[in-house]
Amino acid sequence: MIFTKSIANFGKYCLFMRRVFSVPDKWRVFFSRTVFEIQKLGVDSIPLVIIIALFIGAVITIQMQLNFSSPLVPSYSTGLATREIVLLEFSNSILCLILAGKVGSNIASEIGTMRVTEQIDALEIMGINSCNFLVLPKVVGFLFFMPVLVVFCIFTTMLGGYLIAAVTGIISVSKYIYGIQTQFQEWYVWYGLIKSLFFSVVITSVASYCGYYVKGGALEVGKASTNAVVTSSIMILLLDVILTKLLLQ
Amino acid sequence: MIEVKGVTKSFDDKTILHSVDATFYTGKTNLIIGQSGSGKTVLMKSLVGLLRPEEGQILYDGRDLLQMSVDQTKKLREEIGMLFQGSALFDSETVLGNVMFPLMMFTDMTPAERKDRAQFCLERVNLKGADNKYPSEISGGMQKRVAIARAIALNPKYLFCDEPNSGLDPHTSILIDELLSDITHEYNITTVINTHDMNSVLGIGENIIYLRNGRREWVGNMKEIYTASNEALNDFVFATDLFKQVKEYIVHNSSATPPAKS
Repeated sequence: MIFTKSIANFGKYCLFMRRVFSVPDKWRVFFSRTVFEIQKLGVDSIPLVIIIALFIGAVITIQMQLNFSSPLVPSYSTGLATREIVLLEFSNSILCLILAGKVGSNIASEIGTMRVTEQIDALEIMGINSCNFLVLPKVVGFLFFMPVLVVFCIFTTMLGGYLIAAVTGIISVSKYIYGIQTQFQEWYVWYGLIKSLFFSVVITSVASYCGYYVKGGALEVGKASTNAVVTSSIMILLLDVILTKLLLQ
Repeated sequence: MIEVKGVTKSFDDKTILHSVDATFYTGKTNLIIGQSGSGKTVLMKSLVGLLRPEEGQILYDGRDLLQMSVDQTKKLREEIGMLFQGSALFDSETVLGNVMFPLMMFTDMTPAERKDRAQFCLERVNLKGADNKYPSEISGGMQKRVAIARAIALNPKYLFCDEPNSGLDPHTSILIDELLSDITHEYNITTVINTHDMNSVLGIGENIIYLRNGRREWVGNMKEIYTASNEALNDFVFATDLFKQVKEYIVHNSSATPPAKS
């Protein structure tokens, strides 16, 4: 039963995305809405990214230092391990799981509210492709800004580690900096950026889908918002495994 | 003119509309009335294409909505204005932005021209000084007026209103009714209003279609409704003592004028 329902939902999602990726009615309106979405979904997420990245960077550094306190492990390993964790997983997958909560719930509740207050019907009556009008700018805007958030996250997490090293002295700053520079593989940055692009599409499209097909009232909008976060998180984790297998092996 | 011929609509084996026939005339306020659950909203949503009936024809001046291609439907919808029960104004836009929205999407007007047209429409619905307010900052009656202004911004040929008086006080309801009636006559629009407000029925009902259990039970106008023999219609329209007394007075004083709009 659940399997059948999932297949049906996937089919409905594909049809929904076909409407989303049609040609916009007015390109000028599309561009202005995309800029607005970049501001709302991307730029407004920067403070959250900075706060989380700073603290997580500090925590990872402390934990790595505790685990590597052995004379057999090189002293720069703390910085190196921190960098690898950040580049491979935190700055893309974990960041996107966090953003699925913020951005996903925002999109699902916004579109869901538009559905229950008949604003989407109003668009359709006017002859506007509501899927395309509402969702495409969000997908494109977030996709466009996601690399910026990832790069912000990478630098801020490293900074968090640097600050905890400088303030507490658990590791010397010079060893930390040497660690984050040594054995650097550029591909890991690209790997993180590529993954994040896929995740950004999942976050915006799944949340929009959940909001678009809301039926009922405020209670259902809340449920749609929760569904959006849960479903997009699961999709991100699933894609993470697939993309890691494809890109790293 | 909109003609509805044999429209049938079902949901999960439950038939909501049973082969409904109706005609909505140009330049007249056409009312669809009936109890809750009688199929009014389903009929209206079928009329505007939000629902697709299983059988029948919906003819917009001879053009069958149900046979149209996607592009033809899109073109037709540019000729339609709709006022929703909850106004359905865009929360993120100001009053002026809401009225300018269809102009921005469907015309090549400059921003200044759009603003002029939107302000003209807002003045037409007697709404001044609220241009820069958001829908949440204005009253329900004002929201309805903004929705009417948005609906008429593109000079529609067809105007649909779903429960335009719901949630409004009696005085504001009458003002909205008068406004819809005036706009219909002024711009020669085919206006279809879905209502169970008896003041509207008796005040602006130039062509009334009474639905009961998904079937068309009666057709007439606000004068004929006083002498209608349909028992279900009489029970529905003249449900209160006040309306019963008004009906008796009108029937027994045939020379008296029905309480039309002031």
